[in-house]
Amino acid sequence: MALMRTMAALLLLVIAFGAAAGGIELREFDDPVMEKRYHDLTASMRCPLCENQAINDSDAPISADMRERVYQLLQDGQSDIEIINHMVQRFGEYILYNPRLESRTYLLWGLPIALVLLGAMVVVLMIRARRNASAKALSAEERQRIDALTNRKGSS
Amino acid sequence: MKRRLLLLLLPVCFLALALFFYQGLSLDPSQRDSALMARDFPTFEASTLRDENRRVDQTLLEGEVTLVNVWGEWCPACKQEMPQLLELADNDIRMVGVNYRDTREKGMQFLSEFGDPFEVNIFDPEGELGFDLGVYGAPETFLVDADGVIRYHHKGYVSPQDVRERILPEVEKWR
Repeated sequence: MALMRTMAALLLLVIAFGAAAGGIELREFDDPVMEKRYHDLTASMRCPLCENQAINDSDAPISADMRERVYQLLQDGQSDIEIINHMVQRFGEYILYNPRLESRTYLLWGLPIALVLLGAMVVVLMIRARRNASAKALSAEERQRIDALTNRKGSS
Repeated sequence: MKRRLLLLLLPVCFLALALFFYQGLSLDPSQRDSALMARDFPTFEASTLRDENRRVDQTLLEGEVTLVNVWGEWCPACKQEMPQLLELADNDIRMVGVNYRDTREKGMQFLSEFGDPFEVNIFDPEGELGFDLGVYGAPETFLVDADGVIRYHHKGYVSPQDVRERILPEVEKWR
């Protein structure tokens, strides 16, 4: 039983290492800034095939191609925006984890702000309504009426 | 009365949003449009699968409505959709293949085994044209109009039903 368990653990370890080795390639960078940009860029793009993995985290062949392209474009001296545009032109806005602000995404970006504003408005209106109700003084006529209702004995 | 209406505003907003998001949940993210829709077919320069000395470029796709099918010998769904592609070719639709991430040997073997509906096959062993087309898994099929503009994109396997209900109507539309 103990032997079985050890063997199972070993097997798992081997599989884990195999997966790690087979997945993401290591790249050499002379410039630490460029290395950082590479990591940020590949972390900010979604794999078009696997839908919920960044390309720096995905085994899909297309992710490997995209990482390779990002690397090449970095070596060519392209800016981050140019590289992102290059990818979006081919694979669509879909690959951006952070969608850009444009007419199609106004609703996406605007809705949370609009909802907070709406909520604040409702709260302000309610507070104001309550304050008005309590601050409104009774007219002489109303006071007389209350007196009449509460001191029925005294007045009669 | 006014205050009650005001209080009603929040649940109404909540319900509207819940419905909106619930609808979003039932959308299929793999059914999104290609980024190349209504754009020119990407420029390329490559040899053909059968003849490494013949060079072709994007002008190959001008002059006639063409279906461009991206395939590879390694792709099982490509084999399954071949009968449908042969049927499309029989319907006098111009077919051009992109032999994607494949070798000449295997590509030719595929065509002799499963049939060849293509007028010509662009040889793309490194997947460069595929990358510019935004292909992320074969098979994919693009409809290119006579001006070389991409008008329709079909992701994945083309079923006989897809041929009848999607591809043929689209070809008619852009002819």
